Amino acid sequence: MISLSHYLVLGGILFAISVLGIFLNRKNVIILLMAIELMLLAVNMNFIAFSHYLGDIHGQIFVFFILTVAAAESAIGLAILVLLFRNLHTINVDDLDQLKG
Amino acid sequence: MTYTTAIFYFFAAILVFAGMRVVTARNPVHAALFLVLAFFTAAGLWMLLEAEFLAITLVLVYVGAVMVLFLFVVMMLDINLDKLREGFWDYLPLAGFVSVLLVIEMALILGSRHFGLEVMGTPAPHPADYSNTRELGRLLYTDYVYAFELAAVILLVAIVAAIALTLRRRKDSKYIDPAAQSKVKRSDRLRIVKMQAEKGPVARIQDSGEGGA
Repeated sequence: MISLSHYLVLGGILFAISVLGIFLNRKNVIILLMAIELMLLAVNMNFIAFSHYLGDIHGQIFVFFILTVAAAESAIGLAILVLLFRNLHTINVDDLDQLKG
Repeated sequence: MTYTTAIFYFFAAILVFAGMRVVTARNPVHAALFLVLAFFTAAGLWMLLEAEFLAITLVLVYVGAVMVLFLFVVMMLDINLDKLREGFWDYLPLAGFVSVLLVIEMALILGSRHFGLEVMGTPAPHPADYSNTRELGRLLYTDYVYAFELAAVILLVAIVAAIALTLRRRKDSKYIDPAAQSKVKRSDRLRIVKMQAEKGPVARIQDSGEGGA
């Protein structure tokens, strides 16, 4: 039978894959956004697994809100990306150094 | 191996494969498509966990809206892929080390010693007339109604922000401003000039005839 730890380890593996993606594609903003989406998916997987095995539906409510915020975040992120490309003709993270931080 | 176990391992394998392809794909369009596959598979796993409403929401909202938006943007941008891939292999050893370490650490804590079947058994299945959607809705509109409204406000702010960021006025558009149009006065459009009265053609000929004689 599938236990809770199966789902938690699967979520952990997904999270590690997205960390790997952020390391590897640190110049490409689009892939960085996708890696963040994957990370949120891993977190949601943990929430739902706990919700199922503890018999507590409140975890699913949290997933609902995470989905809402993630959709808003990706919409604004892509809008910023389009604006960036329109002004600089690049999405390379290295070229985004106008704020001298 | 029971049926659900087989399904779990099948979906988990696809999910991990799709996740790996998202972060290693050369073409961002392929990465977006593999992310769609990952979301679909995750929705299947959530079905297995009896979270039907969220599984459907994931497919509708994520695959249907967010990923289509991603694909639009990826296909619209004309980017130099080779420049963006620079340093991909340089970072691989460190990145691989960190992520393998992450997996090992999490597997040690989340393994079957603490969260196995003996510690946390499989819950009894819900009766046939149990509705996941109804339960979620009952909680959302009672206990979490304030948070729910805040989420709606966040979505509204996101809409306004996304449109305000990407909106631009075209210089050659034939746009008419109704307010300016109705505010216009006669003096803006019409100019009265004083000038000598013109003579008619007959008078002019007579004029030149007299001059010649």
